Amino acid sequence: MNSEDDLFYNDDDSAHEMDDDDDDFVEMGIEPEPTSTNEKTDVEVFLYEVLTTEQIVQHMVDCIKEVNTVVQIPATTTRILLNHFKWDKEKLMDCYYDGDQEKLFLEAHVISPFKKTPNAKKRTTRATSAAVAASVQQEVTCEICYLALPATLMTGLECGHKFCIQCWTEYLTTKIMDEGMGQVGTISCAAHNCDILVDDATVMKLVKDPKVKLKYQHLITNSFVECNRLLRWCPMPDCGHVVKVQFFDSKPVSCNCGHIFCFACGENWHDPVRCMWLKRWIKKCDDDSETSNWIAANTKECPKCHSTIEKDGGCNHMVCKKCRFDFCWVCLGPWEPHGSSWYNCNRYDEDEAKKARDSQEKSRSALQRYLFYCNRYMNHMQSLKFESKLYASIRLKMEEMQQHNMSWIEVQFLKKAVDVLCQCRQTLMYTYVFAFYLRKNNQSIIFEENQKDLENSTEHLSEYLERDITSDMLVDIKQKVQDKYRYCESRRKVLLDHVHEGYERELWDYLDSA
Amino acid sequence: MALLKDPPSGVEIDMNKISSNLSEWIVDVTGAAGTNYEGETFQLQFKFGPRYPFDSPQVLFIGSNIPVHPHVYSNGHICLSILTDDWSPALSVQSVCLSIVSMLSSCKEKKRPPDNAFYVKTCSKNPKKTRWWYHGKF
Ligand SMILES: [Zn+2]
Ligand SMILES: [Zn+2]
Ligand SMILES: [Zn+2]
Ligand SMILES: [Zn+2]
Repeated sequence: MNSEDDLFYNDDDSAHEMDDDDDDFVEMGIEPEPTSTNEKTDVEVFLYEVLTTEQIVQHMVDCIKEVNTVVQIPATTTRILLNHFKWDKEKLMDCYYDGDQEKLFLEAHVISPFKKTPNAKKRTTRATSAAVAASVQQEVTCEICYLALPATLMTGLECGHKFCIQCWTEYLTTKIMDEGMGQVGTISCAAHNCDILVDDATVMKLVKDPKVKLKYQHLITNSFVECNRLLRWCPMPDCGHVVKVQFFDSKPVSCNCGHIFCFACGENWHDPVRCMWLKRWIKKCDDDSETSNWIAANTKECPKCHSTIEKDGGCNHMVCKKCRFDFCWVCLGPWEPHGSSWYNCNRYDEDEAKKARDSQEKSRSALQRYLFYCNRYMNHMQSLKFESKLYASIRLKMEEMQQHNMSWIEVQFLKKAVDVLCQCRQTLMYTYVFAFYLRKNNQSIIFEENQKDLENSTEHLSEYLERDITSDMLVDIKQKVQDKYRYCESRRKVLLDHVHEGYERELWDYLDSA
Repeated sequence: MALLKDPPSGVEIDMNKISSNLSEWIVDVTGAAGTNYEGETFQLQFKFGPRYPFDSPQVLFIGSNIPVHPHVYSNGHICLSILTDDWSPALSVQSVCLSIVSMLSSCKEKKRPPDNAFYVKTCSKNPKKTRWWYHGKF
């Protein structure tokens, strides 16, 4: 344990004991009364918590400790195993007890800690003989720097690859500072072709520079959040909070910083369109006309984890950086059946691709169609940005009304009206994304009617709040505003309910070509 | 260093072209007998940065004869994972050369990568700046 003193997640036992009660429901999955300050609920009881970076580190520590109460292996090995299982404790436990333990350690790229004992003994004997050797001036050559050094200055992992301490430090520093550990949250042995992972305790022991240590901790925390399905960083720049849910779903969550986003995809809350289509849409919008062809040809999604993959070279044998899935760029199928030469893939039909490209007429009308939806989408987005100005002018109006004998509570309807306006604009914005991919059928016609109604009522409300409000008598305003925003709310609800019902009853058809 | 004293067959260092500060080497490699590249010689340029060997060297084919190979672009850039993602500081110049020779030897059909034209037009001068998402297996 001494060697782990330096390890950042090993030094706060007492602090941990104190908030044990707090954490229990998290670990046990017992849903608490939504009275806890940390706990937020949405209309459809979707429980989640907002955690600070410190709480995230604590949460990671707790996960490791929880596994270690059952599995007696070093904490630092546990982190590697958990990382391997994407922090799914149950899956790790299942594999640990039901499966082949040797295979488990092998796949997670660690040497079984149970092999350590004989190995360590061997090492001691070797170390003793090395010590003897050192006394007779015998030296070992480090295969990185080619310096002949006393064996006592050499170190390595259980795989037996030894390099001098200085080279190790340099190697780890380079990996941490320059390469960011390639998103995976682990560093492998410095030897060529050795995939045994360096444990955190060893990293912390060999790296001395506090800046590098800190960066390493950030990388570990980040990989913990990134690969945990139940956690997501708040997408706001520099926010640093993490939302933790009890089950993965596409639901709106509200961060402590005020930002509301979709837990599943991290975008602004985008009801009624689903994450997958929104992602496609955003990608389409990001491609400006010049690069769009190139991007379509050069980026695809990993068929397994769906992270975007960019192709800069020729080989069609792709290995996803994130999930390490091997696949074929051309057909997106698994790589294995392709054998050793990539050009054997026969699922790509050049003629067909060409036919599609040649039909220029078709693409021109497709462009028109896209521009139609894009303009409306952009327009609502733009208006939504302007509504912050409206909040300011409405605040003035509210102050004015309070001077005319209305109470603070009584004038809140104005702020509420702007809130509703913003909600409606956001919904409308995403209805155009939904509609863009929608194939025409009876239900889509109803949807478009609902969309039109919501759009009209939203524009009325907007116009009234922006311009007409000043010309009315104060007494009339409240009634008019309330009528208008309530109508908007009801139109919005009708539209969303209809789309949701369509999802449930599978009434929506999508265009593949869009 | 071992490379200077005892170079493996088909690999030879051009002593005249080693830059004075040793940061740039030219290595001549010869296609192995019985392969598609038998009898051909190629020049490999190694550039070592200040953080070498922890940072991989920049390695590319130079000169008039760039091997025609599905993992070698016509500008000399090589798609080989040990030169970027799978680099290990324990790899020597010799082992890099050997990997490249064996990459050439295992080639069944002499042709350029399919996206050669596009890549050569748009890539950075330094192959290390390319984000190689794929690993050729040989
Ligand atoms: Zn060394
Ligand atoms: Zn190793
Ligand atoms: Zn936030
Ligand atoms: Zn989403």
